[in-house]
Amino acid sequence: MNREGAEVTTVAGAESSDIVRNLTRWTRLLRYDTLRMISNADSGHPGGCMSMAEILTCLYFEVMRVDPRRPDWADRDRFILSKGHGAPILYAALARKGFFPVEELKSLRKIGSFLHGHPDISAPGVDMTTGCLGQGLSAGVGMALAGRHDRRDYRVFVVIGCGEMNEGQLWEGAASASHFHLDQITVVLDYNKLQFDGAVDEVCAPGDVRGRWQSLGWNVLEIDGHDIPQILGSLRQANECRGKPTIIIAHTIKGKGVDFMENAFLWHSLMDNGLLTKYVERMQHELNSDPDRFYAQCLW
Amino acid sequence: MASTLKGEKTIPTRHAYGETLVELGKLNDRVVVFEADISKSTQTYRFAEAFPDRFFNVGVAEQNMMAMAAGAAICGKIAFVSTYAVFGSMRACEQMRTSVAYPKLNVNIAVSHAGLTAYDDGVTHQAIEDLGIVRSIPNMTVVQPCDAPSTRKAVMAAAKIDGPVYLRLTRIGMPILYDAGPDFEIGKAIRLRRGNDVTIVAIGDMVFQALDAAEQLAIEGIGVDLLDMHTIKPLDQEALLESVMRTGAVVTAEDHNVVGGLGSAVAETLGEHRPTPMTRIGLQDTFAESGAYDDLLRHYGMDARHIIEAARKVMGRKK
Ligand SMILES: Cc1ncc(C[n+]2csc(CCOP(=O)(O)OP(=O)(O)O)c2C)c(N)n1
Ligand SMILES: [Mg+2]
Repeated sequence: MNREGAEVTTVAGAESSDIVRNLTRWTRLLRYDTLRMISNADSGHPGGCMSMAEILTCLYFEVMRVDPRRPDWADRDRFILSKGHGAPILYAALARKGFFPVEELKSLRKIGSFLHGHPDISAPGVDMTTGCLGQGLSAGVGMALAGRHDRRDYRVFVVIGCGEMNEGQLWEGAASASHFHLDQITVVLDYNKLQFDGAVDEVCAPGDVRGRWQSLGWNVLEIDGHDIPQILGSLRQANECRGKPTIIIAHTIKGKGVDFMENAFLWHSLMDNGLLTKYVERMQHELNSDPDRFYAQCLW
Repeated sequence: MASTLKGEKTIPTRHAYGETLVELGKLNDRVVVFEADISKSTQTYRFAEAFPDRFFNVGVAEQNMMAMAAGAAICGKIAFVSTYAVFGSMRACEQMRTSVAYPKLNVNIAVSHAGLTAYDDGVTHQAIEDLGIVRSIPNMTVVQPCDAPSTRKAVMAAAKIDGPVYLRLTRIGMPILYDAGPDFEIGKAIRLRRGNDVTIVAIGDMVFQALDAAEQLAIEGIGVDLLDMHTIKPLDQEALLESVMRTGAVVTAEDHNVVGGLGSAVAETLGEHRPTPMTRIGLQDTFAESGAYDDLLRHYGMDARHIIEAARKVMGRKK
């Protein structure tokens, strides 16, 4: 999965098969919820949601210390979706985790709803307002500094996009996190190789991604971002790393799981809602007739 | 879309911008276009296809883009910079102010998703402060045409102005108003209706709400003097003062916060030259939310009905 020539950090997946099976289920459900929401709203960004489905599942259903009954719990781990256009799948994760009723997902992008086009802290469970690329990591640095000052041991997770790496501010944030030795920060790069206008290598080549972070003093891990054991393993390694922040370069596929969306940059935004709606109907049918009755109970 | 527009053919003004850029590129090979990874949305992809050697996509890096355009303009290029209005006016604000406006360079900042026309993308993508911010920068010309034909003329005119122009464009479609209408000139308001009871000054997409309001007020026998104030800077003070001299009451309508934008610009002029009862229609110093454009206009008190109410009320305050 790693690009040719890249130094590979092997992240062992020592997870029990029960955990992996459970997370796989949630991932499938989050993909369904997300596509359903976008088709319902007739608007949104499906490609970049699909690429981070496994990552969000692992964070919310296994790794992060959160309590849906206490969204404002001071010791909770913080999550920042710096690529805020991926809001729908974050909302799906929060709803499935119990922060608000799944029913709310129907209100995406509608007036009166807290499920805005891009995340805002008015939604229960959303820790930072985002949507304008490049700002999330800096906010994460502030959260980590505040936590350190308050002697709290919460961790801060930030998911960024690969196009987002074009923004200068991201690198200012990266330098600060390292300068302040914020080992409680973990960034996950959803490295799907595509941005809005096309391939990252064609729009604004990111250069040696690993080297850029390493040169700023970060602990760099590199994984297959759709491989649940690798995601869990790398998040665990990040938690154990002392003295510096960690970036997990997660190689992913934009639109992952949906045949016509995979690696199709035009599906960054909703391209054809007729096609998507048909797909969602088919997906619903499949989930409904799945021998694992878990899905049938979760459909909406 | 607004109720009056149902069934009509509409064109987002960003589309007119994208098409006109290609025309402009043919006429003048000094025209160069900078883009920040959303060419499919800002419509600069059309220019990119026609003139790949004069198109520079810098990726998601608006501040970098703004200063790059300044450099190109200093070396004799006529630069266009495209992104969404929130990023063009705010993310790259200081670059615009110091690298572009201060040296008075021919950099044209053409930005889409004005105000609530960004509708369901939500607050992060709804520029409701940009007119106020950009207007307060010396040397800037600030324009929001309401339809595709006037956008075409504004783009052509912007290229000729020796200094920065901020051109505010819509995400959603606008009806065609000026197909056979008056000539569009930057800095000259267009009178859409003549009346002596109340002045309505509108800009951009709100021109259509104002037209709707004026029609309904006419049925009640109220004569509206309606100005399309597409250029908020320099403001057409002459047209404004001539109008309020006859009507003695004014309503402003903008898809923007009422702080800093058209309402403020009109109030500044009237305050100094001819204090007149006025009401400002726009976002009442609040962020909006995600939602359908129509729903948002209604909820935030900006649709034709609210303009009508404001007009009636302000007429009651005449001296
Ligand atoms: C500051 C800023 N500029 C532009 C945009 C518009 N925009 C939304 S998504 C996107 C592309 C992002 O690409 P990437 O970070 O790779 O996201 P992903 O592929 O994970 O969806 C752009 C340019 C934005 N949201 N914020
Ligand atoms: Mg990407």
